[in-house]
Amino acid sequence: MLLQFFTWIENTSVGEAIRGSLWLFPVIESFHLLALAVIGGAILIVDMRLFGVILPGQPVRQLARDAQPFLVGSLIVMLISGVLLFTSEATKCYDHDAFWVKMACLAAAILFTFTVKRRVTNAGDGGVNPRWNKIVAVVSVALWSGVGIGGRWIGFS
Amino acid sequence: MSLHRLFEWLADTPWSVELHESLWAYPIIESVHVLFLCLFLGLAVMFDLRLTGLSLRSMPVSKVYHRLLPWTQVGFVVMVLSGLLLLYGIPLRTYENIFFRIKAVLLVLAGLNVFVFHKGIYRSIAAWDDDPVPPARVRLAGYASMFLWASIVIAGRMIAYNWFDKTQNPSG
Repeated sequence: MLLQFFTWIENTSVGEAIRGSLWLFPVIESFHLLALAVIGGAILIVDMRLFGVILPGQPVRQLARDAQPFLVGSLIVMLISGVLLFTSEATKCYDHDAFWVKMACLAAAILFTFTVKRRVTNAGDGGVNPRWNKIVAVVSVALWSGVGIGGRWIGFS
Repeated sequence: MSLHRLFEWLADTPWSVELHESLWAYPIIESVHVLFLCLFLGLAVMFDLRLTGLSLRSMPVSKVYHRLLPWTQVGFVVMVLSGLLLLYGIPLRTYENIFFRIKAVLLVLAGLNVFVFHKGIYRSIAAWDDDPVPPARVRLAGYASMFLWASIVIAGRMIAYNWFDKTQNPSG
């Protein structure tokens, strides 16, 4: 059922165009990577602040608010470029464990970022036990790292 | 010894062959390279965004600079080391790759940009440290940095594609 869906996606004109082109895949990949750098910065600067290793004394709430548009913007670019890359090789992804690991991490990371982490940064400094801040930071970095590593691994087969 | 001979020699060293043929080492090093891209470039971009007045406007530039710099340095060292290992794993083919050469030139330009920023623009920081949107030349430095690093990332990604490979048989 899912495999049929993946096969259908791969055979859409978009999938065929990207697969058939010499340079479309690398160009989309480049945008995917550039957005990765931005999302990495937007996530890490808040997580490292929550963990207490960067910008001490800077209100965490303001920092998260400043980083938010870049987090959301780069996530949108990543999702669009990622879907396009996926479209061109959907059945290869279906057979690749790394793809499923990445999708699981991605779903968890997005969910965690926009619920738990947002609540913690909104609460601000002293809003929650500092120990919780650190745990949230570690979980966030771990989940997003899983997305990154899983993604890189799709390229190896 | 010419550069070409140097890379030829590198390609023949046992560890290079080992790295090239390993099932796990090369992908792991590449993953490290990509992950630390987030640390190094992610934080560098956050600083550039502060320079351009696009984010972190309520924080003094000097504070962002001093707090982020140690971490971007850590990220940079890991990027250089993992990058050198990736180069060492496929020396000759990479050396002959046009995108690798473009990336090398861009990296020199990025280094130059950092040097100019430190020795020039940053000296007058007292005058614009608290500006939500710093003066034009400071913003220009931020945009230049982001443009250079974006180009470096794109060139780096393109190294993997061998459209212009001199050797159609990639073996070293």
